[in-house]
Amino acid sequence: MILQAIFFYLFGGITVASAAMVITARNPVHSVLFLILAFISAAGLFILMGAEFLGLVLVFVYVGAVALLFLSVVMMLDIDFTELKRGVLSYLPIGALIGAVLLVELLVVVGGWAIGPDVTKAITAPIPQPSEIHNTKALGLVLYTQYIYFFQTAGVILLVAMIGAIVLTLHHKQNIRRQNIAGQVARSKSSAIEIVKVKSGQGLP
Amino acid sequence: MTIGLGHYLSVAAIVFTLAVLGIFLNRKNVIIILMSIELILLSVNINLVAFSTFLGDIVGQVYALIVLTVAAAEAAIGLAILVAYFRNRGSIAVEDIDLLKG
Repeated sequence: MILQAIFFYLFGGITVASAAMVITARNPVHSVLFLILAFISAAGLFILMGAEFLGLVLVFVYVGAVALLFLSVVMMLDIDFTELKRGVLSYLPIGALIGAVLLVELLVVVGGWAIGPDVTKAITAPIPQPSEIHNTKALGLVLYTQYIYFFQTAGVILLVAMIGAIVLTLHHKQNIRRQNIAGQVARSKSSAIEIVKVKSGQGLP
Repeated sequence: MTIGLGHYLSVAAIVFTLAVLGIFLNRKNVIIILMSIELILLSVNINLVAFSTFLGDIVGQVYALIVLTVAAAEAAIGLAILVAYFRNRGSIAVEDIDLLKG
């Protein structure tokens, strides 16, 4: 139990601290790296809670895909980030005020709630004992049967996002000669060469 | 020293607040705003998984998976729009994105 507390405060502290660094770091590359750290420690929190599959998926999806996407975009675009950073301090008072109010509201909610008596009766898919069925299998047993339409909708969302990203970023340069493979394959002997009989001593006109 | 549901919800609340604060502070930088949105979705996911594990209902984790999907799709589309916009205008400052104002 003490070990759980130690790891909770470790992962939670790192998550909060790196989230703070994401929004305050001067260099956006550092922001992205702190975002990766925040996601990894949040994955630690997930695993601590017993959602091992989601914790590892968080590492795959975010650290493997999304964060690298951010990193490549930050490095690819030629942006003067010091220019973008100007005027941050002028928004600090109002931002800090709204942030403090929001945090107090959320913490009041967190401190003052209670689970209703009917909630535990309404559970649709109880988590099995981890000694019997591990988390990944339990999730799959529900996801592929009861929530198959959710799963397929997620697939469609990803497909649409992929096509959308390609359509948005793909652009053809105009004055570039490209290989016309169909034209090359369709060439025959009659269209490719012409046999000319040349009389000796005269040459071609 | 027992770590309960409230602890996880507090972490999620703090991360959410920091992300909202990040949107306020970095109003000119779209990339930081996108990262803040990712942090908001992360805090939502922490909430979902915390409730799921502490109430013993696995549907919350299914839903967290869907949120994860949407977050990945949103990041991809957002960054694609950013790249396309930068290619057209040569800048991504938020205050320059006012073509529709006329």
